[in-house]
Amino acid sequence: MSWVSKTLSSTLGRKLLMALTGLFLIIFLIGHVSGNTLLFKNDGGEAFNIYAKFMTTNPAVKILSYLTYISVLAHVVYSIILTRHNKSARPVAYANSKASTNSAWTSRNMGVLGTIILIFLVIHLQGFWYKMHWGDIPMVTYAGEQYKDLYSIVFFAFQSELLVGLYVLSMVFLGLHLSHGFESAFQTLGLNHVKYSPAIKKLGLAFSIIVPALFASMPLYIYFMN
Amino acid sequence: MNLTLNIWRQKNNADKGGFREYKVSDVSKDMSFLEMLDVLNEQLAGKGEDPVHFDHDCREGICGMCSLYINGKPHGPLQTTTCQLHMRSFNDGETITIEPWRAKAFPVVKDLVVDRSAFDRIIQAGGYVSVNTGGVPDANEIPIPKKIADEAFDAATCIGCGACVAACKNASAMLFTSAKVSQLALLPQGQVERKERAEKMIAQMDAEGFGACTNTGACEAECPKGISITNIARMNREYFSAVVSSENV
Ligand code: HEM
Ligand code: FES
Repeated sequence: MSWVSKTLSSTLGRKLLMALTGLFLIIFLIGHVSGNTLLFKNDGGEAFNIYAKFMTTNPAVKILSYLTYISVLAHVVYSIILTRHNKSARPVAYANSKASTNSAWTSRNMGVLGTIILIFLVIHLQGFWYKMHWGDIPMVTYAGEQYKDLYSIVFFAFQSELLVGLYVLSMVFLGLHLSHGFESAFQTLGLNHVKYSPAIKKLGLAFSIIVPALFASMPLYIYFMN
Repeated sequence: MNLTLNIWRQKNNADKGGFREYKVSDVSKDMSFLEMLDVLNEQLAGKGEDPVHFDHDCREGICGMCSLYINGKPHGPLQTTTCQLHMRSFNDGETITIEPWRAKAFPVVKDLVVDRSAFDRIIQAGGYVSVNTGGVPDANEIPIPKKIADEAFDAATCIGCGACVAACKNASAMLFTSAKVSQLALLPQGQVERKERAEKMIAQMDAEGFGACTNTGACEAECPKGISITNIARMNREYFSAVVSSENV
């Protein structure tokens, strides 16, 4: 084995990949949530649809989106490899364990939280992303140019209580995943410092509340706007 | 005090093992936990039964031999070693569950005794300084800032008991290994083999079958010596910078 593959198959190397892909997805979330705030604009979806076209056609964005697909895939694959390895390291469980006295529930259940996020992702992508790329979408014309009316799809989807509930609930789980994941990624990268770690902790907590709350407010806004 | 003990009994590594219940009476609050087990074993020996096997040596909290997962926590309810735990931490009439450390890398030898030689092999892989340092050097001959010396000493207080592995949901040995890596990486004497040490100790840690780190912090919370997980961050830095810059292809 070369030193690269040896490193990446070590426990620390695998965690390095988890942390880097996790942090990349965090950056992705910032972009995604910022763009989607256009849904709050009361213009019948014009700004959102123009933005959606840009996001699916711009070559620079294309590169970023491929990086995002790869990150999700690698994050999920390595989470399975790590979780299985970690489980195998303790073949006999304790009869009595008070883990809640020494660690946070979120930190002990990253796999469960991640799996819920993955299920959400599949539903989310098939509802909007797949439709935008390959589905049947009504067209609209702004200033003589044709656009896919993704806004109408989003608007229609969020008339369903079930879907709105699913989105809001999923964002709670995303927040829980990030409440541990954000600071954990820095620790994995070895970035633990008396000066910066307290700030990273606070930033992580703020991020894991604000970003999922913003995402969750979108289906709620559309549902109650009507 | 009168207590009910629910103790893991296992004849040997091949045996399946299981819990057995024992009653002990007239336990003094001032007894240490191990003295309480001594009382039980005296009773068992009197009846011609096999005493409960458990590890211990110094009984002063310095050797790291004692273990025991007591009522759901390594070394019991206090952040100390089992030998320094006293019966005043328990209540009269309480049922106490006692289990061995649970980890693939720490196979059960008998009852509550586990084989922790995996830790020795991690140390053998690089947790030493092999340069010939000659005679005993004079104190303060090598200038080391007080802060660094203290940090290295804090890491060096690890007694290798394995409570970190026992506490971790992944049975990970990161806290132990990182304390040993840090202790030497911080000091001038440790610089010669610095990169090789990080690479070899971590390779050995993985080969022993310990889990990875999810940064739950359980190890730090349960460590009887208060070793900090900042050591794990340092070990990660040591390892990542070693693999990209060492000549070990
Ligand atoms: C937008 C989505 C996601 C983001 C932003 C994200 C972010 C993160 C971050 C930053 C970490 C910390 C890495 C570290 O400890 O160094 C992490 C850990 C983890 N993630 Fe995610 N994640 C996402 C989705 C998922 C999904 C879909 C799964 C899987 C099925 C998953 C499973 C895990 C697991 C199991 C861990 C803990 C690994 C371990 O240390 O044992 N995550 N995530
Ligand atoms: S017996 Fe030595 S530390 Fe407990």
